[in-house]
Amino acid sequence: MAADILTATAEELGRRIAARELTALKVTEAFLAQIERVDADVHAFLHVDAEGARAQAAAVDARLDAGEELGPLAGVPVAVKDLFCQAGVPTTAASKILEGWRPPYSSTVVQRLLDAGLVVLGKTNLDEFAMGSSTETSAYSTTRNPWDLDRIPGGSGGGSAAALAAFEAPLAIGTDTGGSIRQPGAVTGTVGVKPTYGGASRYGVIAMASSLDQPGPCARTVLDAALLHEVIAGHDPLDSTSIDAPVPPVVDAARSGDITGLRIGVVKELGGEGYEPGVELRFREAVAALEAAGAEVVEVSCPHFTYALGAYYLIMPSEVSSNMARYDAMRYGLRSGDDGTRSTEEVMNHTRAEGLGAEVKRRIIIGTYALSSGYYDAYYGSAQKVRTLIARDFDAAFDQVDVLVSPATPTTAFLVGEKLDDPLAMYKSDLCTIPSNMAGNAAGSFPCGTAPEDGMPVGLQVMAPPQADDRVYRVGAALERALAAPDAGVLTDRIASRWVEA
Amino acid sequence: MTDLMDYDDVIAAFDPALGLEVHVELNTASKMFCGCDNTPGGAPNTKVCPVCLGLPGSLPVVNGKAVESAIRIGLALNCSIAPWGRFSRKNYFYPDMTKNFQTSQYDEPICVDGHVDVEVDGETHRIEIERVHMEEDAGKLTHAGLTGRIHDADYSLVDYNRAGTPLMEIVTRPILGLGEKTPAVAKAYMAHLRELMLALRVSDARMEAGNMRCDANVSLAPRGATELGTRTETKNVNSLRSIEAALTYEIRRQGAILSDGGRVHQETRHWHEEGYTSPGRSKEQAEDYRYFPEPDLVPVAPSAEWVEELRGTLPEPPAARRARLQEAWEFTDLEMRDVNGTAGSIDLIDATVAAGASPASARKWWLGELARRANEAEVELAELGVSPAQVAEVQALVDAGTVNDKLARQVFDGLLAGEGTASEVVEKRGLAVVSDDGALGAAVDAVVAANPDVADKIRDGKVQAAGALIGQVMKQMQGKADAARVRELILEKLT
Amino acid sequence: MALTTDDVARLAALARIDLSASELERMAPELDIILEAVASVSEVADADVPPMSHALPLTNVFRPDVVRPGLTQEQALAAAPAAEEGRFRVPRILGEEG
Ligand SMILES: [Mg+2]
Ligand SMILES: [Zn+2]
Repeated sequence: MAADILTATAEELGRRIAARELTALKVTEAFLAQIERVDADVHAFLHVDAEGARAQAAAVDARLDAGEELGPLAGVPVAVKDLFCQAGVPTTAASKILEGWRPPYSSTVVQRLLDAGLVVLGKTNLDEFAMGSSTETSAYSTTRNPWDLDRIPGGSGGGSAAALAAFEAPLAIGTDTGGSIRQPGAVTGTVGVKPTYGGASRYGVIAMASSLDQPGPCARTVLDAALLHEVIAGHDPLDSTSIDAPVPPVVDAARSGDITGLRIGVVKELGGEGYEPGVELRFREAVAALEAAGAEVVEVSCPHFTYALGAYYLIMPSEVSSNMARYDAMRYGLRSGDDGTRSTEEVMNHTRAEGLGAEVKRRIIIGTYALSSGYYDAYYGSAQKVRTLIARDFDAAFDQVDVLVSPATPTTAFLVGEKLDDPLAMYKSDLCTIPSNMAGNAAGSFPCGTAPEDGMPVGLQVMAPPQADDRVYRVGAALERALAAPDAGVLTDRIASRWVEA
Repeated sequence: MTDLMDYDDVIAAFDPALGLEVHVELNTASKMFCGCDNTPGGAPNTKVCPVCLGLPGSLPVVNGKAVESAIRIGLALNCSIAPWGRFSRKNYFYPDMTKNFQTSQYDEPICVDGHVDVEVDGETHRIEIERVHMEEDAGKLTHAGLTGRIHDADYSLVDYNRAGTPLMEIVTRPILGLGEKTPAVAKAYMAHLRELMLALRVSDARMEAGNMRCDANVSLAPRGATELGTRTETKNVNSLRSIEAALTYEIRRQGAILSDGGRVHQETRHWHEEGYTSPGRSKEQAEDYRYFPEPDLVPVAPSAEWVEELRGTLPEPPAARRARLQEAWEFTDLEMRDVNGTAGSIDLIDATVAAGASPASARKWWLGELARRANEAEVELAELGVSPAQVAEVQALVDAGTVNDKLARQVFDGLLAGEGTASEVVEKRGLAVVSDDGALGAAVDAVVAANPDVADKIRDGKVQAAGALIGQVMKQMQGKADAARVRELILEKLT
Repeated sequence: MALTTDDVARLAALARIDLSASELERMAPELDIILEAVASVSEVADADVPPMSHALPLTNVFRPDVVRPGLTQEQALAAAPAAEEGRFRVPRILGEEG
């Protein structure tokens, strides 16, 4: 019975809870028990809010018992990346500098989850302040890939992705600045979508790089992701960059999956050298499956995508250097070295040295450099021009095709520790995902089987124009159905027996 | 002791160049980027929220009213309004800033290229405005320690109630060729801005409360030189008086250094109300603010229609208003010059007339008794604590014969002491004039009896001698007598 | 271009992070490699390409000038490392206001 709950889709759980075949509390207890059982191996969670989750579940049950009509995901548990403020619940961004901090307010995304009756199980691990591609820079723990515990779960949202793949939660929330939803999704065989920039509110989400950050849904199926997308997306007056327009019809698109006549462009620049053969193989098979499902496939060139990584590693650290300045030991968080003799300046220096990890420091220093007078034009200024060129590439491509596709990552999940001392190699994990953050368009990663070399999952990325998020889901849903066995359907079902006790 | 050169000698040898940066706090209901209460005061850290406390995850949203005020200020300063501009982040660490960057405008200010004309000693000087931009204020620091000064403090305390108050920064182009009038023009410019902010109703414009703060740059170049000298920037100048005094001081100080063959250091200096400037702590390296466009805010792009709509809401320009009121009030040029020369008095007189007083009486109180008191207290007239309505009420009591001018001064004492309305003060202090013939008659009898010589003179027809007796009766009545009635009674009795 | 340890020390000071000598030694060449890798952006950044600071072309997003409830003093100070008299307590300050 509990196994049924753990492996069920969120959509199914929501239906059964609404029909009162299951209570929200029972579902919540099943996932809390699963976390208890497996998280010592997976390390997906930084904080499990068992009491809060039970209370939320009981409240949803009471409302449903009273005959109230709630949304399709009411009573369904969700895990939230520990970058989202939730009033009274520890929020650390996986950094020592915020250890023990309990925000006095909730992010819009968390508030919308709670308002829709979802049950927040707790906070998932991430790279410190979301800076990383492997969840290894977390100050607290290293999350493992449920497909192979020696491998990374991707990052920065590795905790959310691993929680899904280990059946510790049916849904999860992530943020995507350079691929932090899509890349973990790809390497854990789960679905992750970065909405159009401005599609979901950033209010209350601890900022990494403000012009790139975007919250989004993580799930095991396309429909579940779409249902979650619909809950969290939509205009928020507290975020100036929030789009004041209706949410694209993502759930309809996910239910339909009809891609007859859809024009799909394969991005020429996102492939070839540096891409693992297994990744390329599964990607090509997936494209063929989409073509067989009725899509027209052409190759499209986006010549400036090759500059995206460089521009990203200037713009992102620049914004990081400014966003991280508030962690200064004055108002909240860690204060270290305040021995009564040190000045404010010295205590700030000392605390930031102690409380921030190596990758965060590295990015702050790069950003400080890129913005400093004398270098601004050569670095930050040039990077912003490249951003324009990337957006123009997308515009030109979307004149020819409805969506673009590429592998979501150049490689499958690498080994824990493999790239930790080689920042540049680590940065290349986001080669395929970064262009959509730069231009702000919608993009998602969908499972397309496992690589023959290592048996690890491969993701296909779908990129759609801004506010055409529904196209991302339409193609994702088509892929979920079109792939040949054993990769069709829910890829994580292949490891269910490993994680879920019968 | 710092060497100072005689002012006239400096001016004979050097040309001062002036630059003024004025920060104006807007009086919007809420803050620049969040919905917190923007009124001053309150218990510390009670007008704060996640946004102005810079909590992780919080995001700013621009107060539309503040943008409107910025545009109106720009239009009143004859600026062009930029059709598109972004906010920037000015990055530096300081514990009164919750994000360790100030959200400001850098290379894309909302208003550019304006000017204002100010008058000093009947001469008009054009001040060119380079830019007006929007930014946010910081929190307030209190330094714990023996002196309350930053360098002696063991630690400091921070209140962020003011953090996020909308600030407008108004920056002039270098102002040249003013010679000896440099400090006076700076003061007149500030007074003009203050008048403008009040007329626009965009700021409380109280300098002593920090609503308007001036950073004054000044440099000296040898007479006739084409290049500007090295400037100093004097901060913490928060009264009209101080602007003039601080600039005079800096000109004399720099003059002494340069005449001695020395070099002026480019530095920030602080003005002390005791009458001198002192250097700020010198920085090891030039500040590098690492400005970049604020990604959390979208550009401000005022449409031409909006700008024109706001132009329609501008108040009458101060000069035109002065001319109109002079005519309406029937003041001579000399009378009007006093009004123009006393900051804020035109508004106070206008409001007092509106409250029912005659222009002459309003002018008499504001530029006489009340100006004297403001001067003594070293505050602006408007900050004295007497309202135009109160002045009108006092004058109404005078017109009704309830008090005379002399008693009215005591009424102002009561008003300033917060003893209630003017009538209540008269009541509580027993200030009403005695016009009861019984009481006055007795006093007149006593005074006549005590001064037989004077009484005889009056009986002999020297009516002007009555003045001496009137004075004594007034004294006996402790001033609370209707002087005209006293005169009548004396003459009745003796003629 | 080579970034020296002195350069990194200056940047760290600007960013308010104490870096030890060994950290500086390690970081300088590491940052150098990264900066070299990203320097390619200037190859294509022609003068006539407008810079893009925001992902979406939104303008004029304003909030009505209305007061909304914020935090209580207790909430504001709840996470403060030190507080006194309703204020945040910070160590002595050496520098001037910026
Ligand atoms: Mg300023
Ligand atoms: Zn606030």
